[in-house]
Amino acid sequence: MNEHSFFFTAMIYLAAAVVCVPVAKKLGLGAVLGYLLAGIFIGPYVMGFIGSEGQDIMHFAEFGVVMMLFLIGIELEPTLLWKMRAPIVGMGGLQVLVSTVAIAAIAWWAGQPWQAALALGMTLSLSSTAIVLQTLKEKGLMACAAGQSAFSVLLFQDIAVIPMLAIFPLLAPAGAVTGNGGHTLREELPGWAQTLMVFGAVVLIILAGRYLVRPLMRVIARTRVRELFTTFALLLVVGISVLMTVVGLSPALGAFLGGVVLANSEYRHELESDIEPFKGLLLGLFFIAVGASIDFEMLMSSPLLMVGLVVALMVVKFLILFGLGKLFRLSTDQNLLFASSLSQVGEFAFVLLSFTRQTGILPAQTTSVMTAVVAVSMALTPLVILAYEKLLQPRFTVKEEKTPGREMDTIPEKNPVILAGFGKGGSVVGRFLLANNVPTTILDMDSDRIDLLHNVGIQAYYGDASRYDLLMAAGAAEAKVIIIATDTIEQTIAVVKEVRKNFPNLQMLVRAESLPDTFDLMELGILHIYRDYLDTSLRMGADALHILGYRAYHAQRAASTFRQHDEKAVKELSALRADKKTYLSAFRERIEEIAKLMQTDKDKTWDAESQSWDETSLIAEEGERVK
Amino acid sequence: MAKILILFAHPALEKSRVHVTLINIIKGIPGITVHDLYEIYPDMNIDVDREQALLTQHDIIFFQYPLYWYSPPAIIKQWQDLVLEHGWAYGHTGKALSGKWTGNVLSTGSGKDAYLPGGHHGHTLAEFLVPFKQTARLCNMTFLPPFVIHGTHRMRREEVPFFCEHFGSILEGLRDDRYTPEMIAQAVYLNDLHDLGKAD
Repeated sequence: MNEHSFFFTAMIYLAAAVVCVPVAKKLGLGAVLGYLLAGIFIGPYVMGFIGSEGQDIMHFAEFGVVMMLFLIGIELEPTLLWKMRAPIVGMGGLQVLVSTVAIAAIAWWAGQPWQAALALGMTLSLSSTAIVLQTLKEKGLMACAAGQSAFSVLLFQDIAVIPMLAIFPLLAPAGAVTGNGGHTLREELPGWAQTLMVFGAVVLIILAGRYLVRPLMRVIARTRVRELFTTFALLLVVGISVLMTVVGLSPALGAFLGGVVLANSEYRHELESDIEPFKGLLLGLFFIAVGASIDFEMLMSSPLLMVGLVVALMVVKFLILFGLGKLFRLSTDQNLLFASSLSQVGEFAFVLLSFTRQTGILPAQTTSVMTAVVAVSMALTPLVILAYEKLLQPRFTVKEEKTPGREMDTIPEKNPVILAGFGKGGSVVGRFLLANNVPTTILDMDSDRIDLLHNVGIQAYYGDASRYDLLMAAGAAEAKVIIIATDTIEQTIAVVKEVRKNFPNLQMLVRAESLPDTFDLMELGILHIYRDYLDTSLRMGADALHILGYRAYHAQRAASTFRQHDEKAVKELSALRADKKTYLSAFRERIEEIAKLMQTDKDKTWDAESQSWDETSLIAEEGERVK
Repeated sequence: MAKILILFAHPALEKSRVHVTLINIIKGIPGITVHDLYEIYPDMNIDVDREQALLTQHDIIFFQYPLYWYSPPAIIKQWQDLVLEHGWAYGHTGKALSGKWTGNVLSTGSGKDAYLPGGHHGHTLAEFLVPFKQTARLCNMTFLPPFVIHGTHRMRREEVPFFCEHFGSILEGLRDDRYTPEMIAQAVYLNDLHDLGKAD
């Protein structure tokens, strides 16, 4: 591929995405459908910008699925995964088994030899991890019972691919070329060594995640070279993929496992925000490639057969899933979502279909028809989910309100409070909130501090809170309050600006170190500003009064009155400051501001207490009455 | 010998003429605990356990305060709301205060006549103290008549010590069990009791 055509192709893909996705979003179709439409649009049957290379791009872009599973893994605590073992094995296992048998039986009944029928059954029993999870995530449906069930089934399917790949060569007619013989290291070894190798790889990932990756990340974090962290995150995912491919396991599964191992790590949010954009880009590319690879010529040549096949396939899968949902006690509305979202065939079918063609299990004619069927069913999925949302869900919403018990059993990772900075000011606020059982997500830029916190059992995450993606990963979109107590005013202002731009839902409580910082924050429109030392200094002042013999209550009221006065005076000065800024040097400005504040202290009649509980005037009045 | 607790509340003692003298005299009497609420809890954050322990250790509990707007200062209400817990001070299992005596020691700006039936304030002092009376009843306590220093607005400085010493001797009498329940029941104000403190 020469440089010119590479950039041209890249431009076509990017432009198509930039045009189609916002339009699809605007129309309420969702981003996934937008990408698919973009692919159809630039594909060989509409504009013809890209031709058959769509398939190659799809294989490359499948790496986006690997990244997605890494991210899903990293959001999933191991304990939670263990809790989900019943739905994963039960629901997922039954789905693969029943769907395989049912589809194989239909294929056999339709006249396919049993080997071909079984291969078809296995291939078509799988669903699309990429499309389903991305669509559910986009619509915020991952946390509900249907989303969790869909996830369990998809996870099992990823595991099921491994034995399938092992069985397929056995189904090949004698004498046919074995497709990927010798492709992987694993297949050259005897059976027991293969098994050993698979387990070895899994153990390696777990051990490396525990004992190698964390210290390595600490070292990298300490260099404070931002892109090195991104590089490392990518290396991690790519490395896992390579390892998994070598031993013949699914890279997606390996990445998921790697993610789970790192779920408890303090660098979790940082890793998430580093991988997220790559995942998004690659998945987008993948969806475009799927759209581009839909064979419209084939569709048009025998439309009835194609439509019939797609509908029949999706109906059969839907019914089996719905039955499973009933078996596992999903409420009807959740079950409908679960069954309809998984009724397509997944991207892995493309791999399996080309494998069956190479090995001669299925004739080329059948595989190309099935490839088209798979692509269409994938493209239909976002539409099916949309139809569920618009037509079916409204009927069930009332019912759902009655039985809210089950749905809550999900990942409650998003906290109402985000605390940026666990240094001087932040640590006290953080301890206070945790002491009051307010779930708080703690972010900090200092990796040593994070380690220290980790040792005392406080979960904090490494990262720069002024980054959109990190805030997003920390749940800023759903949180209520962000407490900004970062170490320097530059960081603080960066966070404030980011929050103001992208998370207007968050109430900002901001720590300010000095008077000028306070003014800067006021100019940014911050309402809740907490100047360092103001409260502690006044407490010292009040205690001094008390020791000198003033009543404690008087001292307390005096300090409180002074604070009110100070806040008012600072506000007034802030307005004045805007005009003077231009000609006063920063230092002179500072001195002058303090001098001005002290002047207002003097002007104020500090006998503020004089009216409270004072009876002088009352006594005088009474005296006159007596006379 | 009865142990007496004075729960004292004055938001601006630095401006006081009567209570500053009164409290100093009381502080000098053995067997009497003065608990200065505004000084201990300037932020009104009352330590309930500490207050309850203090109540348990005493037999007679007085609230001492200047009457403002026919009520005690705010901290007394805060104290009552927090300390007199259900199940501790009242209710089925709330017997902690049962059998103890309680009363009020207060000063008013106006003279006694203003608090007589048909007087300037429209009600008697006993009527203004009804919430205390009923609180005592709910806590199974004996409600004492109030000790009142009326007319502080017109009081000359040299008159103050007289009232203070009078109250001091009554406190001593209560401490030494010299007043029978009948004597107390007959009094409208504790001031009416005969000065038995210094007897013998």
